Amino acid sequence: MAELIRILQHRVRRGCETMAYPDGPAPPLPERHGGVLRLDAAKCAEGCDACVTVCPTEAIARPEGRPAALDLGRCVFCSACVGACPTGAITKSGDHRMAARARGDLLLGGPGEEEVRLAGELGATLRALLGRSLRLRQVSAGGCNGCEADTNVLGTIGWDLSRFGIQFVASPRHADGLLITGPVTRNMRAALEGAYTAVPDPKIVIAVGACAIAGGPFVGLPQVSDGAESVVPVDLFIPGCPPHPLTILDGLLRLVGRVK
Amino acid sequence: MSTPRSDSPRRFATIVNGASLRWSDVPEWPVAAFVDATAAELDRGARLCAWFGVSEGAATRLVAVLAADAENTLSIGRSEPTSRAYPALTPRHAQAHLFEREVWEQHGLVPEGHPWLKPVRLDHGRGPAVGDFFRVEGHEVHEVAVGPVHAGIIEPGHFRFQCAGEEVLHLEIALGYQHRGVEESMAGGPGRAALVRVETIAGDSTIAHATAYASALESLSGPEPGAGEGAEAPMRAQWLRAVALELERLANHAGDLGALAGDIAFLPSSAAFGKIRGDFLNLTAMICGNRFGRGLVRPGGCRPDLELDTSLAAALLGRLRVAMAESAEAAAWLWSDSSVRERLEGTGAISREMAEEIGMVGPAVRACGIVRDVRFDHPAGWHRFAQTPVSVWPGGDVLARARVRWLEIQRSGAFLEEQLASPPEDELIAPLGPLAPYSIAVSLVEGWRGEVCHAALTDGAGLIRRYKIVDPSFHNWTGLALAMRGQAISDFPLCNKSFNLSYCGVDL
Repeated sequence: MAELIRILQHRVRRGCETMAYPDGPAPPLPERHGGVLRLDAAKCAEGCDACVTVCPTEAIARPEGRPAALDLGRCVFCSACVGACPTGAITKSGDHRMAARARGDLLLGGPGEEEVRLAGELGATLRALLGRSLRLRQVSAGGCNGCEADTNVLGTIGWDLSRFGIQFVASPRHADGLLITGPVTRNMRAALEGAYTAVPDPKIVIAVGACAIAGGPFVGLPQVSDGAESVVPVDLFIPGCPPHPLTILDGLLRLVGRVK
Repeated sequence: MSTPRSDSPRRFATIVNGASLRWSDVPEWPVAAFVDATAAELDRGARLCAWFGVSEGAATRLVAVLAADAENTLSIGRSEPTSRAYPALTPRHAQAHLFEREVWEQHGLVPEGHPWLKPVRLDHGRGPAVGDFFRVEGHEVHEVAVGPVHAGIIEPGHFRFQCAGEEVLHLEIALGYQHRGVEESMAGGPGRAALVRVETIAGDSTIAHATAYASALESLSGPEPGAGEGAEAPMRAQWLRAVALELERLANHAGDLGALAGDIAFLPSSAAFGKIRGDFLNLTAMICGNRFGRGLVRPGGCRPDLELDTSLAAALLGRLRVAMAESAEAAAWLWSDSSVRERLEGTGAISREMAEEIGMVGPAVRACGIVRDVRFDHPAGWHRFAQTPVSVWPGGDVLARARVRWLEIQRSGAFLEEQLASPPEDELIAPLGPLAPYSIAVSLVEGWRGEVCHAALTDGAGLIRRYKIVDPSFHNWTGLALAMRGQAISDFPLCNKSFNLSYCGVDL
């Protein structure tokens, strides 16, 4: 009894520990995180491929005679390219927002495409159908438990994802869509297809992390499929390795129209 | 016990953790004698850290890495190239059972007399869990199949229970769904993607695996390559790795205590530890920007621009103290509540003898009262100078596994208090020289789940010829299966959380 009172006193003393975001300001990213990358390909030095050769996941390419192109979907945010770039063409913006609706919106480098083109909300029909609720079934298909852990953290008291009507459910039959992590291993392909089929139509798919978007560190290995899109259509891409919880939350809130 | 033939070396080659030696200096036996010699070492009290094959044309050599914990040494031996079959080690030492299945799967070498030979990871086009499961027959016996996709946000695996009513008679765990080919992809390297792959072997153990990888490469480079005199990272980098390793332990142990509390619907500690886990992850992010320590460790040291200066150390310490005080409060609620104790006590117990027999590691084995901790038994890197007392608790049940975690949270906190106050002056990275040809390095790190073992073998050009990774989960999944015997099936989530093993760490 005495213990119970102590616990209740603690709760009263601490008050509500859920962050004010999105009504208040977003909590800052860790200073050394750096946020989303920006590529001013116009600044690329003639013939320079310093960034291309240091990227561990081959996220940067520089075809002969053309400026560099950076695929944020493949990026693991190791900062090697930022350090290697002699002209400051690749920079960190400090911004946590980087989720996109189309795969091509994560490709940086073309004229007017220095930055990621951020996700907009679902179409009106789907929004009307979903109302104020979004229920997702999570499928890890080769994920390392990084993206899984930082998706899970959205359920803790600081983030409290359920206040937005977003919940993770146990059965795909109860879900409006899938949230996929991992590159989709050969051994998980059938299970992922099964889970996708079990979600009632219309359904949405969210790919979280460099693996689920494009294979991440495992891109090109024969045991994986280089991302969820090779198996199911994807409606939202959230880059990172793993994405910061704030980045994942921003992506989900964009999809349901709570953040624009 | 048996004695190798007189024309073979009598004993395994002895090294310490983080050292390397020439491949030609690893003693070899004909395969049957090698199995005998390994069994003899295990009879003497050694432990199997790794057992793997190295291809030699169409044939295969078996390699054993053993740990003599009391003597603080590792030993390595190998067989002559062999093909088709060899007498299995498993009937004599059960701790070899999964290793021998793996060798069979990877090299086609049949361990004759293995009691349960089936794949570890490969799907053969049908899904990894397809195949024979042990079945209990009987009028009232029923089978429960769970997975690969589970109810929570968790990795995939398949669990097959044989039950009589609520009681679990037997549990068989089939993994392999997460197989990404990490180990195979290391051959011919180290390549550009090697480090990021190592960091994601088990993404919650990034520092442990990256440190094991970096140490193995460092010991293969340097002034006297391959002769046990390899290079090592600058002291400041070794110190930073040790700091990050304890932060990794803190985050995961705090998360586990919260998850255990959540499973028994004790919400105060569940809510508190859920938040505290994030606070610890954010400390790692203060050092390197990433909550899981990605990019912090690299071969040769640590990322050079991640300097942990006095003001950052002070900021870390301030936030660490807050998180430690909150942990103490949330843990006290757990231990002082009789209904919590009643729920955890006696659930999912593993005997000390059983833990020894199957070669368990990490907090799970220390919860059986066994002193086994790489930081103490095989100190390498910064742990040669700064050691953490080993946290043990008797009983082998869920309560003991929870208690060991809490003891370790306190020791990690004390370690960080001490270390953050006195960093060594040094560089953060020294360029890594070329790797020595025809050499093998072994590196052990005590990750938060237990012993991480990496072994790197180079070819004549100094490239990786064979890279072997053993995640602690590889040793411990059998422990979870045995802990469920005689338990109610409804206790599975609780037992599972108390081990909290890695799927991708095993599947590689």
